[in-house]
Amino acid sequence: MSSDNRPFVTDDSQVLTDTRDARMTGEDNRFNSKLREAFGSSPFILTKFDKFMNWVRGSSMFMLQFGIACCSIEMMHTYAVKHDLDRFGAGVPRASPRQADVIIVPGTIVSKFAPRMKRVYDQMPEPKFVIGMGSCTISGGPFQEGYNVIKGAEEVIPVDIHVPGCPPRPEALVYGVAKLQERIANGESSPVTVKPYELEQFGDLDRDEIVDQLAREIDEEDLVMRYNWADSP
Amino acid sequence: MSLEEPEPDAPAPVEEQSPDELAELLGDQVIGREEHLNAPGYVIRPDAVQDVLSTLKNEAGYDHLSCVTAQEYEDRYESIYHLKKFDDPTQEVSVVVPADRENPVSESAEPVFRTADWHEREAYDLVGIDYDDHPDLRRILLPESWQGHPLAKDYDQDRPQVVPLRENANPLQEDHRGEDDTDTMFLNIGPHHPATHGVLHLKTTLDGEQVADVESDIGYLHRCEEQICQNGTYRHQIMPYPDRWDYISAGLLNEWAYARAAEDMADIEVPEYAQVIRTMGAELCRIAAHMLAVGTFALDVYGDFTAIFMYAIRDREKVQNILEDLTGQRLMFNYFRLGGVVWDLPEPREEFFEKTRDFLEDLPEALEEYHDLISGNEILQMRTIDTGVLPPEVAKSYGATGPVARGSGIDYDLRRDDPYGYYDELDWDVVTEDGCDNYSRLLVRLREVEESAKIIEQCIDLLEDWPEEDRTIQANVPRTLKPDDDTEIYRAVEGAKGELGIYMRSDGTDKPARFKIRSPCFSNLQTLPEMAEGEYVPDLVAALGSLDIVLGEVDR
Repeated sequence: MSSDNRPFVTDDSQVLTDTRDARMTGEDNRFNSKLREAFGSSPFILTKFDKFMNWVRGSSMFMLQFGIACCSIEMMHTYAVKHDLDRFGAGVPRASPRQADVIIVPGTIVSKFAPRMKRVYDQMPEPKFVIGMGSCTISGGPFQEGYNVIKGAEEVIPVDIHVPGCPPRPEALVYGVAKLQERIANGESSPVTVKPYELEQFGDLDRDEIVDQLAREIDEEDLVMRYNWADSP
Repeated sequence: MSLEEPEPDAPAPVEEQSPDELAELLGDQVIGREEHLNAPGYVIRPDAVQDVLSTLKNEAGYDHLSCVTAQEYEDRYESIYHLKKFDDPTQEVSVVVPADRENPVSESAEPVFRTADWHEREAYDLVGIDYDDHPDLRRILLPESWQGHPLAKDYDQDRPQVVPLRENANPLQEDHRGEDDTDTMFLNIGPHHPATHGVLHLKTTLDGEQVADVESDIGYLHRCEEQICQNGTYRHQIMPYPDRWDYISAGLLNEWAYARAAEDMADIEVPEYAQVIRTMGAELCRIAAHMLAVGTFALDVYGDFTAIFMYAIRDREKVQNILEDLTGQRLMFNYFRLGGVVWDLPEPREEFFEKTRDFLEDLPEALEEYHDLISGNEILQMRTIDTGVLPPEVAKSYGATGPVARGSGIDYDLRRDDPYGYYDELDWDVVTEDGCDNYSRLLVRLREVEESAKIIEQCIDLLEDWPEEDRTIQANVPRTLKPDDDTEIYRAVEGAKGELGIYMRSDGTDKPARFKIRSPCFSNLQTLPEMAEGEYVPDLVAALGSLDIVLGEVDR
């Protein structure tokens, strides 16, 4: 009898194979997928937590419902039928910046709107990502010569992906979003530093000694904002 | 004694005054005469604006102030009031008001025409003319803290604009309540808000849930379109920009506004074949624009992002595919050229015709769906019938045009009243509704889609049978266009949102000296307080949605 009293040993390979076979070849093939083939039946994946989080972040992005100009029409088409950005895990437009991960900047930014856009961006929780859509967000696009036009979104907020075009086709925007997801999954993104778009303390004076001298007299609370954005540092 | 009512449909003939009769009517208030290509111009003293305009309005029937153009000459400033009649827009007159070079002051027309309010604020903002007696002369497109007037001659674009940040502080940060009346609450709607259709900022004062006061703050998309057009040459460099005024696929309609003005200015005859193609393309654009208007209106009124919005986008995709075949672009077509269109219909033509016919064939069924889902829907009817009421007289005094005016029973459509293109050869009707409310404006749009489909169908029939040797797509236009010095013209077309007009003045070079856009949305948006004040906040949103504004066109 004692010979029957063997220590309890599970035959791993056997269990694995049976379960695996049942799932891969059995009648219940609902679980079949490339992932399943790769991992077998093991419920565990070994990975780094950061890497996992990046993958999750990229795979489920909430976009900010944010329309500025012409590009927002193509952006709406990208969200809607036919192109359906939701297929890529990035198609839920949120009306509030506090719920959004990604802001697509779809259009020309002008001097009056730049502070407001910065404000919207500031309200988004980190980590946050920015897609600049259209030529206007790269350089001001066809309106670059205008007295009132900001020469690109990067003057105001940091941009991760630029999608050129006037306007870009929905396919181009989908490609841009996919590229952003790739970057996020790889743990890359532009640093979340805020550009000094507005906060230039002393206008365009040179920083020589006199200015330093003056600087002590200037109320630092009273910050300066300028409209000719292209020249700002 | 007859019991028969006079036929309500037969419009009374509009009597037309000859330029000399008008001059006689105005008497010695006229200090000079000018000849604009579209209308006689009367130069008047800057302190007689209200007298002259009210005489013209009340005694000669010029009840539509369609545009106010301001410009600077070497020796003077000038405001031009472009007047028309709602009953017959081919009867036009320009009232030219010169103002002093050093101290440009001119009397405001606001007491006569309400629409002058915003137009004069824009003139003050961009050109720098002061309007005496104006109720609220502030900047409208540029920030309050802007220095200088950018369309004035001495404006230096490279001079840095440095202002303290506190001047652009957020008004909400400090205090949510109205200044002295503590029962009201101040609420910002926008500039980033899903219901404002872009970057519009509404400063609303609420009394409970009712709107006590609403003020539109625009200029968040002021892209200097007029300046850019003034820096471009007539022949090629201006045409891409109209696509970007009303960017909801209404590109061809906008291009036509510029094409019409420039062709009339340079005396270019457009071949008939090109006119048919233009008409067809423009109506396709109108369908696309109205589809989005309807879809987003439903989205505004009951938050339906799933069905109607997607249906509308689905139908827009079909139109955009056709337009892409025709023009090569989905949204910014750049298809018109002065004197015609850039290329002929795509080969094979049969395929293009078939595709368009398929779309037109499916359209009645699609519209049936829209009517089931939207106009026949009780919830939407509760929200829209008798809300946002805009009486026709008010609409006229604000210069409202397009579906907004036609929803208030104003029978005004430039395609019929001031014919251009091929419209007068085709069989279609102008749609009007008498309800004056949000629902009527919605119905007008849905019914206009049907009319546009009728027009497109007739155009396709024509194009199919057009003899091959007769397909001239462009007139012979010189490479460089230099209209005669000091030619002035104001020409309008029926855009998707209403009367889209262009004023141009040439100075003998190949670029316009002044390029002014009369945008329909700019005037239509002005009616918002009339529709919303005293109503609930949701009705404000519905009224705004039914106006169907595009900020690119409001701000230009």
